[in-house]
Amino acid sequence: VENVQLLDRLSSRKAALGTLYLTATHVIFVENGSETRKETWVLHSQISSIEKQATTASGCPLVIRCKNFQVIQLVIPQERDCHDIYISLIRLARPVKYEELYCFSFNLKLDKEEREQGWKLVDLNEEYNRMGIPNNYWQISDVNRDYGVCDSYPTELYVPKSVTAHIIVGSSKFRSRRRFPALSYYCKCNNASICRSSQPLSGFSARCLEDEQMLQAIRKANPGSDFLYVVDTRPKLNAMANRAAGKGYENEDNYSNIKFQFIGIENIHVMRNSLQKMLEVCDLKSPSMSDFLWGLENSGWLKHIKAIMDAGIFIAKAVAEEGVSVLVHCSDGWDRTAQVCSVASLLLDPYYRTMKGFMVLIEKDWVSFGHKFNHRYGNLDGDPKEISPVIDQFIECVWQLMEQFPCAFEFNERFLIHIQHHVYSCQFGNFLCNSQKERRELKIRERTYSLWAHMWKSRADYLNPLYRSDHSQTQGTMHTQIAPFNFLYKFWSGMYNRFEKGLHPRQSVTDYLMAVKEETQQLEEELEVLQERLANLQKSHLNGNKVKSKQQDQSKQLGLSTSNNSLANTPQEYSNDLKSFPSRSPSQGDEEDSALILTQDNLKSSDLDLSANSDQESGVEDLSCRSSSAGGCLPSEDSGKDSDEAVFLAV
Amino acid sequence: MEFAELIKTPRADNVVLHRPLHQAVEGTLCLTGHHLIFSSRRQINAEELWLLHSNIDSIEKRFVGSLGTIIIKCKDLRIIQLDIPGMEECLNIASSIEALSTLDSVTLMYPFFYRPMFEIIEDGWRAFLPEQEFELLSSVTDEWRLSCINKEFSVCSSYPPVVIVPKSIDDEALRKVASFRQGSRFPVLSYYHKKNGMVMMRSSQPLTGTNGRRCKEDEKLINATLRPGRGGYIIDTRSLTAAQQARAKGGGFEQEVHYPQWRRIHKFIERFNILQESLIKLVEACNDQSHNMDRCLSKLEASNWLTHIKKILTAACLAAQCIDREGASVLVHGTEGTDSTLQVTSLAQIILDPRCRTIRGFESLVVREWLQAGHPFQQRCAQSAYSNSKQKWEAPVFLLFLDCVWQILRQFPCSFEFNEQFLIMLFEHAYASQFGTFLGNNENERSKLKLQQKTMSLWSWVNRPEELRKFKNPLFEANSLVIWPSVAPQSLQLWEGVFLRWNKSSKFLHEAEEEMINVIKYNKELKERVDALRRQLAEMETEEMQENL
Repeated sequence: VENVQLLDRLSSRKAALGTLYLTATHVIFVENGSETRKETWVLHSQISSIEKQATTASGCPLVIRCKNFQVIQLVIPQERDCHDIYISLIRLARPVKYEELYCFSFNLKLDKEEREQGWKLVDLNEEYNRMGIPNNYWQISDVNRDYGVCDSYPTELYVPKSVTAHIIVGSSKFRSRRRFPALSYYCKCNNASICRSSQPLSGFSARCLEDEQMLQAIRKANPGSDFLYVVDTRPKLNAMANRAAGKGYENEDNYSNIKFQFIGIENIHVMRNSLQKMLEVCDLKSPSMSDFLWGLENSGWLKHIKAIMDAGIFIAKAVAEEGVSVLVHCSDGWDRTAQVCSVASLLLDPYYRTMKGFMVLIEKDWVSFGHKFNHRYGNLDGDPKEISPVIDQFIECVWQLMEQFPCAFEFNERFLIHIQHHVYSCQFGNFLCNSQKERRELKIRERTYSLWAHMWKSRADYLNPLYRSDHSQTQGTMHTQIAPFNFLYKFWSGMYNRFEKGLHPRQSVTDYLMAVKEETQQLEEELEVLQERLANLQKSHLNGNKVKSKQQDQSKQLGLSTSNNSLANTPQEYSNDLKSFPSRSPSQGDEEDSALILTQDNLKSSDLDLSANSDQESGVEDLSCRSSSAGGCLPSEDSGKDSDEAVFLAV
Repeated sequence: MEFAELIKTPRADNVVLHRPLHQAVEGTLCLTGHHLIFSSRRQINAEELWLLHSNIDSIEKRFVGSLGTIIIKCKDLRIIQLDIPGMEECLNIASSIEALSTLDSVTLMYPFFYRPMFEIIEDGWRAFLPEQEFELLSSVTDEWRLSCINKEFSVCSSYPPVVIVPKSIDDEALRKVASFRQGSRFPVLSYYHKKNGMVMMRSSQPLTGTNGRRCKEDEKLINATLRPGRGGYIIDTRSLTAAQQARAKGGGFEQEVHYPQWRRIHKFIERFNILQESLIKLVEACNDQSHNMDRCLSKLEASNWLTHIKKILTAACLAAQCIDREGASVLVHGTEGTDSTLQVTSLAQIILDPRCRTIRGFESLVVREWLQAGHPFQQRCAQSAYSNSKQKWEAPVFLLFLDCVWQILRQFPCSFEFNEQFLIMLFEHAYASQFGTFLGNNENERSKLKLQQKTMSLWSWVNRPEELRKFKNPLFEANSLVIWPSVAPQSLQLWEGVFLRWNKSSKFLHEAEEEMINVIKYNKELKERVDALRRQLAEMETEEMQENL
């Protein structure tokens, strides 16, 4: 469809005219305009809702909301086109069969072997070995090898050594969806562990000997401690209500030496609504400070984030400081339990704060333990009430920790954002389906690619420049601040306003430091080469030999522009009063809002910037052109700087 | 010495000091004329706390049996608690501190007694003179002149002795304009935008009154800044209603009939006690330790602090936009032109002028646009967030300005030569200092107090390399562009460095900053080594070539 307008979400004034294309996998908008032809690509699987609004004079508006928080507002000139697009998108955004998903058609052009290698990057057996398991207390159990005991659990599970198949099966019958207690994390240094399960089917009075034996075995697998924490991550009221349905929570009297604890994290429905409310706030057009803060508070989002963090902190403390093992559950043990176990693991073990370790953590606590990715993130058309931002909240918890501990994580914010994106994109097979069983049946590993291998390839982009494996923040347990005070958790505009670039800091410290580090690395290499040449020269000089020094090609360029100058150079809407100024200067032409769009000047200067940086032919190695500003990158300014270099090259 | 009379008990032993994030320490408390000194008696990690009496905002006392407790709340927002055994001792100390922290004479303040222990490299009092500023200006334009009309402060008591005005306007006309502007604050040059020759001026409101008085010289003065055929903007920091109401009191605004080339925009910025109350509420919310997140955002909202930040930044961006994008000259004023006006003119310069983002340039900006421009520091900064005096003239105008700068700094972390610490330092010294820089309400008062002769300038201390080091932003790379900050609520944040400074540990953030410095330092070292080697190689190779030849 041609002549479609793409509106800017925050400012009603900026609109781009272009052509809209629908393909089998993407919605593509290509801006008119000869030089830039900016393209916007949206995967059908990212589309969360499409809204057709009342036709106006300029056309028929269509709003596409995406699961990665992009909102696209289009105005389509013809009502009929708009309707057709609307109908097609509704169908395309809600596939009914897995085979329709993008990952089955997405081809990275890797051969079979490479694809298999990719899937092997994250290996959970290796991970349990890293934890020190199997050992004297824990062993692998094959009781679920054909998914015979629990179809949402993986085939390989770790349980206390003293536990027999009989106890496992007995315990599984006493747990919702037969999700019996199994090991999630084991702390080598003090034998304390984190186990996870679903709620017990205790009702008002039921008990189960095998389940009691199971918990006792978990406690005894930690000989240093004489009790076990059982953490129910639900609000007490919810747990009590479950008793009427024959479910519920552990009765302290029936289990020997357990300490029972409620941690009130709300259920998926509350979280879904909370996110919805917060997104409405992000959606406001030029909100006042009060609108924003009120809306944020009313959404309750940060309060929920805090609840999850608090639960994780509680468990990490129990394990690290008290040396007590913890059994965690919620209702089914696949949402809140996954959040809390993974936050606790992250706090406890620096390995999970590395890039590889984080991938392992998600595979372990989310993918293998049957977090229902398909239902929660609506990959296939399904019950909208099953959808909830469960892993989004976990990812945000990690970001909140990164804000507090800037040196503790090997990866950066971009890494988290990309993972969130791919949870929804269905471009890779990792997060398909609701369980390992379903994934195996679909032959995901043979038919799709692994996200982790893909991200690992470009890991340089995801590095936190402040991370150093020998830094104090990367050692041992993370001790979050104990003193109570407000404002610990912040709104993450990098995620929820991810596509509103104008709202973000215009210069990224991370990008800047990454550029510095990259340059440092190149300098280190060059230093080595130079030292070698110097040594050779000195040798040959001593020997009195004629040496023809090989001219090295030193034209590698370090053109790194770390800030978005075109944005930095665009004022926002600061006043409505400017629009009607009578004596508009002629140079601004007939642009209605020249002050508010990128002017020619700016486009030019950023073009120059690019050309300065990519000018490979100059032959002048320019180490000083790393700059956060376009001004500093202009070629004319650089020419004088490398006079030494010029001499060097003339030899 | 009269301080001795005020100190009833100069020393108390076995005092316990409590601070958030710190263990309680026992030690000795001493009172001197200007300081409260606490030193722990433990030999290892002996700690000393020196607190200027003038930094104390309020003091509370409590008794449990014979153990007295004094809670001291400071203008830099920290709160400390001292447990003092003995009721009488405690009472004495409390009343001494109270008396010493509320001295009513400026000349008794610490700056008049402070003897610097450092070597003065450059006298800060002479570091930023209007003459130097004018010299810079005259290298790019000759349309302006330095007027000494206010020598002896005879025309305007809140202006400096020399000001920059359009060349075409003589002193006689200036005198007439002065009588047409509140407090005689006639329009003067605030900023000249080299890129397009547009200017920003500031003044106070015109005294049009109800009968629409006009002043031809005033019109001529501001029109002198316009390019032929082009208009200008007047940014009035009051609401339209407020400006209209001001006419009843003899004030007013520039009417379209008499200023046809000017377009007036009202950008309302709060003043006085509204701001002070906002600060009080904000600090209350930040100090709330009730451990529930439930209401903290609504408390932040209720304080309106960020709303003020947003308004001020928006007005400043607008002024900058008029100058840079519309190619128009701008006149900024509110009522007196000593508060919101200065916030707008100084922030607009930070946006427009890369020089203001350097340390030296920012200092110069503070001197020009705040000290010389007559922001009444002594009145505004008399009390801070814990005051109960409720004086109308107390207001955190300067702190709001610094907060806005911090917001821009956060959005452009590589474009400023100074760091957050530099801004926090200025905040502290504006409220309590050993230096004379922020004493008095204007240059007139400062000259009467003979501050230059009797006190030390803050800049003399700051601008020594060993101090400057602490205030340098490791990420700085000169950015010659105009920087347009975002004023969307999502982009504005609570300034933790000031408001959560004393109750949130910043250890991990400091470590991150250190790491940043290391990364950059190592890079620079490598660069130098590579350069040196290259040079060496080049020399050797040239030698070789010559030998071969």
